[in-house]
Amino acid sequence: MGKYVVRRIIAMIITLWFVCTITFFLMHSIPGGPFTREKELPEAVLQALNEKYHLNDPLWKQYVDYMKGIVVFDLGPSFSRPGATVNQFIEDGFPVSAKLGGVSVLAVIILGIPLGIISALKQNRWEDYVVTVLATVGVAVPGFVIGTTVIYIFSAKLGWLPAYGLTSWKHYIGPVLALSGFSLAFVARLTRSSMLEVLQQDYIRTARAKGLAEGVVIYKHALKNALIPVITYMGPMIAAIMTGSFVTEKIFAIPGMGKYFVEAVGNRDYTLIMGATVFYAAFSIVMIFIVDILYGVIDPRIKLED
Amino acid sequence: MDRRILELKDVKTSFYTHLGEVQAVRGVSFTLDRGEALGIVGESGSGKSVTSMSIMKLVQYPGKVKDGQILFKGQDLVPKSDKEMMGIRGDEIAMIFQDPMTSLNPVYTIGDQIMEATMKHQGLSKAEARQKAIEMLKLVGIPSPEKRVDNYPHEFSGGMRQRAMIAIALSCQPDLLIADEPTTALDVTIQAQILELMKDIKDKLDTAIILITHDLGVVADVCSRIIVMYGGLIMEEGSAEEIFYTPKHPYTMGLLKSIPRLDLAEKQRLVPIPGTPPDLLKPPTGCPFASRCPYAMNICIETMPEYTVSETGHRAACWLQHPDAPKVEVETGVKRGEI
Repeated sequence: MGKYVVRRIIAMIITLWFVCTITFFLMHSIPGGPFTREKELPEAVLQALNEKYHLNDPLWKQYVDYMKGIVVFDLGPSFSRPGATVNQFIEDGFPVSAKLGGVSVLAVIILGIPLGIISALKQNRWEDYVVTVLATVGVAVPGFVIGTTVIYIFSAKLGWLPAYGLTSWKHYIGPVLALSGFSLAFVARLTRSSMLEVLQQDYIRTARAKGLAEGVVIYKHALKNALIPVITYMGPMIAAIMTGSFVTEKIFAIPGMGKYFVEAVGNRDYTLIMGATVFYAAFSIVMIFIVDILYGVIDPRIKLED
Repeated sequence: MDRRILELKDVKTSFYTHLGEVQAVRGVSFTLDRGEALGIVGESGSGKSVTSMSIMKLVQYPGKVKDGQILFKGQDLVPKSDKEMMGIRGDEIAMIFQDPMTSLNPVYTIGDQIMEATMKHQGLSKAEARQKAIEMLKLVGIPSPEKRVDNYPHEFSGGMRQRAMIAIALSCQPDLLIADEPTTALDVTIQAQILELMKDIKDKLDTAIILITHDLGVVADVCSRIIVMYGGLIMEEGSAEEIFYTPKHPYTMGLLKSIPRLDLAEKQRLVPIPGTPPDLLKPPTGCPFASRCPYAMNICIETMPEYTVSETGHRAACWLQHPDAPKVEVETGVKRGEI
């Protein structure tokens, strides 16, 4: 197990290095730069700026300098906002995204999994049809449609929910729906199909033949097996939700990570693009690693040794 | 104590599918005593597994026992609620299944899966149940059971898993053990070991056993009495000797002729029974075997024969047993002293 963790950490660092390198060179190959404006800046100002941010250095030197920074968790200064560092952006944005994301992930787990179970247990009855229809809608309708619909109906028309910000529990309802809608529906469907498959297994018949109560058969014997594929999906999903969604944050005017990320691309804010990418990649990789460890805990057939 | 442990009276089990009612078991009656091993043989779809699941009342939806009585220790199981059955399943009637590779839950240890039954039915504490689980593993011949009790199913071989299944089944000292094709998925040497173990258990613990199989060789080894099922009905019942040496029903004869044998001359072929089992959505009014029977007469197609019962209890449902029927001599090739 210890050996496995060490090997995985080394692999994670290599993956991260690849992500940084590819993003760095791709980003610099796009025409334009952080100080390209419609109304051109005076040559002298541009020169000074380029000088200040070392943009006149050869690309390989910029790359080496940047990588040196990353090693000590220094993601550099932001180009689009003078005086602000990328670290500050992440420190400000991530807690907001993470809070909203955390609630959304909880919603997926607390609602998605039970809905899937109900749907499987009541297969082909009205409960199943309701869940299936909702899940299909959830998977098919994009988050921004859910978000704007919620604002239109519940904020503008009915006035029940606030339309922007993130200060009370009521503020969370709209963004969480928009952010978790897809994953919630997906997890419900995944749980349903996985549960239906597991309930057909011979070991469920064995459990029943032992005289166990139906609740024990379902929640002890079936559920643990049925959750294995759901956990696979959880890793990338948690990373995606927690690091924020530009669209949801934009619609509900929430100052999270996602908003900065997309704005950075438009502004050619090299360091912010890099910072957000590296942060997102690192977060995803760690989440997937945690899921793999969890796997070994839930399914003894998976050995985490070498 | 009453030796009679189980009596089925005209049990009928059907599956109500969207195509119609599939009459899987169409009126089965038999009895079983303590310490007795009864074999039920027949090909796929003959109703042998559904009969056993009916006794456990574990027939899967949309199936149900629609008629008859299943008297277990004098009590009829048919009207019992699911909750009442939970107290009986695993405690008084236990079951082992065909495929040991898939019959154990992969995410719990063998010990956990044995302990579950004893903790529920016998009210043992966790520590007591664990001790009991180790004892049971020892009883079924698992080496170093103190260590093996914490293994997961994937760490056991096929034969060991079936032993573990038997350990689960026996952990509450059931009065009746139903084994549905317990050796089919195992190779021959392991098969022999498992059968030996079952014989042992029957003699030591006085457990009644119902052994369901399509393999006549397996029943010959363990069972003193054999039931031959076909098309949801019992075609013939008798002692192992009677079934093997003096079969009365052409279907039984056909089964005996299709057993692979070492003493057959080279290039001599096994004799299959031509045709397929009847469609139980529309079961025939006459003998279900009539369409495949080499001796079928007109009456066979029209009317199901009554059982002809000998003094020893050897019974068969066949018109050939009627006093007016033509005499048929059949050589099945099974010689005395061989089985």
